[in-house]
Amino acid sequence: MSELESFTAANRFGLGAHPANVGRISPDPRGWLTRQIEQPDSFQLNAPSLPGRPQVAQALATFLIAQRERMNSGPSNLTAAEQVAAVGVPLRALNQIAAEEILVRTRHGLQTDSDFAERLVYFWSNHFTVAATKATTIPWVGLYEREVIRANLTGRFGTLLIAMAQHPGMLLYLDQAQSIGPNSLIGLRRNSGLNENLAREILELHTVGVQNGYSQTDVTELAKALTGWTIASQRTQRWAPSAQPGDFVFIADWHEPGARTVLGQRYPESGEAQGRAILMDLAVHPSTARRVAPQLACHFVADEPPVRAIEQLEAAFLAHQGDLVSVHKALIDLPEAWVGGTTGVAHKFKSPSEFLMSSLRMLGQSTIEPAPLRNAINLVGQPPFRAPSPAGWPDRASHWAAPDAIMKRLEWSQLLADRLGNRERPEDRLAEALGPALSAETLRAIRRAESPSQGLVLALMSPEFQRR
Amino acid sequence: MTNWLTDRTISRRRLLQQAGALGLASFGHLSFAATPGDRKFVFVILRGAMDGLAAVAPYGDAAYRSARGRLAFDPPGSGDTGLLPLLDGFGLNPRLPFLHELWRDREMAFMHACATPYRDRSHFDGQDVLESGANRVFSATDGWLNRALLARPNYATEHAHNREGIAIAATVPLVLRGPAPSSSWAPSTAPSAAQDTLARLMDLYAGDALLAPALASAVHNQQTVAESPMMTAGGERPNTSAQVRMAEAAARLLVAPNGPAAAVLSLDGWDTHANQGTLQGALALRLTGLDSSLRALKSGLGPQWADTVVVVATEFGRTVAENGTGGTDHGTGSLALVLGGAVRGARMLGDWPTLARSALYEGRDLAPVNDLRGLLMAVLSEHWGIEPHVLQRQVFPGVGRMQTFPQLIV
Repeated sequence: MSELESFTAANRFGLGAHPANVGRISPDPRGWLTRQIEQPDSFQLNAPSLPGRPQVAQALATFLIAQRERMNSGPSNLTAAEQVAAVGVPLRALNQIAAEEILVRTRHGLQTDSDFAERLVYFWSNHFTVAATKATTIPWVGLYEREVIRANLTGRFGTLLIAMAQHPGMLLYLDQAQSIGPNSLIGLRRNSGLNENLAREILELHTVGVQNGYSQTDVTELAKALTGWTIASQRTQRWAPSAQPGDFVFIADWHEPGARTVLGQRYPESGEAQGRAILMDLAVHPSTARRVAPQLACHFVADEPPVRAIEQLEAAFLAHQGDLVSVHKALIDLPEAWVGGTTGVAHKFKSPSEFLMSSLRMLGQSTIEPAPLRNAINLVGQPPFRAPSPAGWPDRASHWAAPDAIMKRLEWSQLLADRLGNRERPEDRLAEALGPALSAETLRAIRRAESPSQGLVLALMSPEFQRR
Repeated sequence: MTNWLTDRTISRRRLLQQAGALGLASFGHLSFAATPGDRKFVFVILRGAMDGLAAVAPYGDAAYRSARGRLAFDPPGSGDTGLLPLLDGFGLNPRLPFLHELWRDREMAFMHACATPYRDRSHFDGQDVLESGANRVFSATDGWLNRALLARPNYATEHAHNREGIAIAATVPLVLRGPAPSSSWAPSTAPSAAQDTLARLMDLYAGDALLAPALASAVHNQQTVAESPMMTAGGERPNTSAQVRMAEAAARLLVAPNGPAAAVLSLDGWDTHANQGTLQGALALRLTGLDSSLRALKSGLGPQWADTVVVVATEFGRTVAENGTGGTDHGTGSLALVLGGAVRGARMLGDWPTLARSALYEGRDLAPVNDLRGLLMAVLSEHWGIEPHVLQRQVFPGVGRMQTFPQLIV
């Protein structure tokens, strides 16, 4: 049993067994998991080469100025190609920042032996999705994950929630940065107004959830409470002269005056503190526990998790007021998260990025170059930081196990095997990664393969390796 | 190593047998055209909530200019900037020239101010209801199109062994999920998998209820699209957008021998909260993409177009007024289009609530006076011959009395 447990820890809780760390897990799988979630360090990504706020803000400002100039320039002496280049170059700089973030993050995922913590980073990053699907968010996505998600996974859910709602990445992604109270000093003077996007997604996706009851009025009220939450830029200079570009700033002159009522609770006017108070209450609301628990259970147990498992997570969330160490401990304590595997049938079908990461880890890869990574992502899908919507990526087999998606996995496996296959003994690698979960059928199929490379394709595509 | 595996030809035959055993049509070098009289249906989902008032503008409405402000278009006859004329008072966005051709050929109709029963403003929930066809969010795990495929009168006799629906996407969307066999296809950038490896993998998946049918279906799709003259040589052609290539692939899959009866295409990016624009801007770009995709679909379908109906719909509409950031926010009533050779077009379906302030839903949105399911039911009953009572019970359970649109389909 304990032998199986170490593989469950590595493959279901972690990012997939890596030959370098299998030995480290097996003496005490639960201890290995628990140590990671208690230490803030295990969530960190140390990468001094990655840009900080000033650099990202600068790159974005350069792009926005170029874009504005092109729009305002009217008929110009520049050729069409020159006009495109004027914006294209700064845009490429933004994409370069995101590409570097993805590369470093992927390499970290291959190297880390705190890969349960790393999986939790991916999970919460997906829960609080900021996607590089618009130009303004492209340079922020990696920094957002590092500053918001990684920095707050040993604290309270509420702290994470506020950090999320005050980060430039999210403020831009869900248009909060430009939302202005209609009755604020500036709102009364200018033709600019309220944008409800962030407020709606906080209620619908991040906290209480749409099934647990809130109204359009709650959305509008929260949106009004959040007016004035924005990012330091040229535009905000007269209100926040000392703020650095990219800093969060609260601008009272943009803030909708008055008391607000959200989910029946009244919040007196208190400037920035009003929005904070609402978020702190939402973070510990029973409906938030009721929304977050099934998502965690779905990720760590099964697409349709048993009610008991959900209830246990919900209870832990409520009992500890959203303390994330306690919530993550409750995951380790779920008996349901440790079953499956004995029969070779794990419950969770891997998403494309889980499949990529676990494949490379199984093969002992500790790094990857930009071009193969780009190709892999383009092929199997689920590009990092590009979830299709604020709801993040789906977490169910019904979404990922579509015919075409399977074919794309196979095509990528073949590319990988062509590159590495003949150096490997695939059945050994797979046995090392799956332990007792490796079936006799798969072993036989690999041994009968016409080449080591074909054997590796079959190993990667085997029913048990496609699941975790 | 067993003999059959080393012989490419035999392993391929075995692969075909396995695909057949999994309830799929056999494939290979057959080249029959689609059976004459095959009635195809295409559902195009515009994800992100398309601004229906920008696609078909009610320029004749007394409140139009004042309510839309900078987002208003000039009436038809205003030169390059003007709307393309439809009916009196309604004009088509100038970025939709192909749709205008269809309108003039009487192959397009539209329903304005329509919505699903969903009345909140979340994309994900709105799309859930749009695709499930249910009365409220998260109440069904299969889609109305899948249920409609099953409900066709000839399903049991003629179609039980066919693939019924295809999604042009990496994954099957909710609208097509359910018991009727469905599949998905998306273009690839890598070399195809070796036939021999596929055969072995099919063997390895024999007991796997999730992976075996998925792989078999993928093999079939690959075969169909690969035989297309337009998709050979890697499927890449210069100056063709990904959307257009996906529409071409949809056409190819639909007209293949024993091809599916329905296809689903998704076009993203309609959530124009900022800088929506009119003749230029985020929305103009999307509409151009939609127009070219539909043009490619018609051209790819060839003679099959005459027996095809396409419905274009979105999860909900957008606010009538411009927001503070040059865009529009999530609204309620939007627009649906029905087009195809089998459509008796050049007409407006349903009612028009007007843009008068008092007529707006919650004082801000185009009122959803028409139920999108009424349009879908009209299409499904006439195009596929599904009895209205079956539609009400099985395809759109919980639907109330619907407005009917007789003789919408040829």
